[in-house]
Amino acid sequence: MRGGPVRRGRRRGLLATVVGTVLLAVMLFPVYWMVNASLQPTGTTLRAGWFPSHPDFSGYATALRDQGPNLVTSLVVALGSVAFSLGLAAPASYALARFSLRGTSLVLFGVLITQMVPGIVVANALYSAYNDLGLLNSRLGLVLADSTAGVPFAVIILHSFMRGIPREIIEAARMDGAGRLRTFRAVVLPLSRNALITAALFTFLFTWSDFLFGLTLTTTEAVRPLTLGLYEYLGAHTTQWNAVMATAVLAAVPAAVLLVVAQRFLTADATSGALR
Amino acid sequence: MTGPSAAPRTRLRELLAPWLFVVPAAVYLLLFFGYPIVKNLGMSFQQYTTATFYTGAAPFVGLRNYAEILSSGLFSRALLTTVLFTAGSVAGQFVLGLALALFFRRSFPLGGLLRSLLLLPWLLPLVVSATTWKWMLDADDGVVNNALRALHLVPSGIPWLTGTSQALVSVTLVNIWVGIPFNTAILYSGLRNIPAQLYEAAELDGAGPVASFRHITWPLLRPAVSVVLVLGVVYTLKVLDIILVVTGGGPADATQTLATRSYELSFQRFEFGRGAAMGNVLIVLSLVLALVFLRADRRAAHA
Repeated sequence: MRGGPVRRGRRRGLLATVVGTVLLAVMLFPVYWMVNASLQPTGTTLRAGWFPSHPDFSGYATALRDQGPNLVTSLVVALGSVAFSLGLAAPASYALARFSLRGTSLVLFGVLITQMVPGIVVANALYSAYNDLGLLNSRLGLVLADSTAGVPFAVIILHSFMRGIPREIIEAARMDGAGRLRTFRAVVLPLSRNALITAALFTFLFTWSDFLFGLTLTTTEAVRPLTLGLYEYLGAHTTQWNAVMATAVLAAVPAAVLLVVAQRFLTADATSGALR
Repeated sequence: MTGPSAAPRTRLRELLAPWLFVVPAAVYLLLFFGYPIVKNLGMSFQQYTTATFYTGAAPFVGLRNYAEILSSGLFSRALLTTVLFTAGSVAGQFVLGLALALFFRRSFPLGGLLRSLLLLPWLLPLVVSATTWKWMLDADDGVVNNALRALHLVPSGIPWLTGTSQALVSVTLVNIWVGIPFNTAILYSGLRNIPAQLYEAAELDGAGPVASFRHITWPLLRPAVSVVLVLGVVYTLKVLDIILVVTGGGPADATQTLATRSYELSFQRFEFGRGAAMGNVLIVLSLVLALVFLRADRRAAHA
């Protein structure tokens, strides 16, 4: 009987791997189908084969030609939103976590409440304000509006992380004569590296994925994020599914990258938590 | 130290400095959440249309915007659609998400990798997912109908996007697909927080899997369950992208929710006052549902 239960356990583990792979394949089928469709040759019908046996990249060529400027807009706005959101959220989170200011719980409550506010309500009011301020059809306008997702999220992530930084480390820096700003820059920010990267990656993804503000706060083709480009493309080009789906694949790239990169940092977080 | 005034000035700076960390973020939140909510409330009592942008005139009309949107037959229909869409989405996401979380709780080769790849549908831009599904659900050439026909399950295909009752089912299914990974992730971490000794003790007492789920897993998972359900409801009520891309609110307004109606009123008919009123109804509904839910949850927790 030696090794019997172990072998049975291993067999059951392998069975679970098979079942899990099948479940994942079902869940990710639409993603596969999107990639498959993007590699089909140009044509008016969308009868794609089950496999792209003769991958055709003309869809990507068309997509890049038509959507190139939108791709750049999305990239610039997303990076701008990351810088803006972290620039506001990092110092605020530190103060909320460590300064014991009056009104801290009020601010944190406000941050949670923002999650309930529908984007359409924000867009409705911002449209007229942007119209007066000349922010419609501008990258700055999109950065500011899109950060409505990034700022609260970054505050939630960074605040809970910074609360875990041992007080002694901060007090030691203060004893050495470092001011608040210096302590923040030289001690708190480096310690929060992983939390900052996580917040940055998600903020990037939120802004990159934005559709509502692109739809409502731009009225011309001058500044148009890729998601909106895809939406309009879909309306105008249902005859070129390969180009539409190639655009979708391009818009999906950051999500795939995040999945791989975040994995590394999430494990790093877990390890450092275990060490502490 | 340059002079006698330096000491009080340093003290003042010492007093103000901590606030300088918070003020920028607080001001931003007030401008981009506080201002829109207040402005929207004001607009909902005004005749705020395209003309307003030229003349600057937005006459006060009292409750007329509310009276008009609430009395329209479209409103009760949009409300019903919103409720069905939200209830269907949240229930589907939760049940399937919990099933997957329970499955992934056991450790097996590649389990961690498979679990993290499962997050992909949640990370994709909604417009991307919606575009892909729109194509998959195409009545004539979509892969879903092709597969159903090949399996001889339906003779001619289902009008997923063009049938008035099927379209609501379709957008709900797409939204369930998008929401499963989030539910799985939160519920999985909730499951991980349940001490393994409890299950070992239950097994020693002769409890089967069903009994240990009922007496250990479910009660201890309650906090995570409340989080995913409340967030699910609050987020689903706001959904706009998926519906606009997959069905555009059609066919014949069959998939118009309060959120898409608000968008339509403001940005397609340029009736910003009425769009604002619709948005406020949405906020109230969202608040009421969240409060009702949290209260029911607290009562259940004490029972």
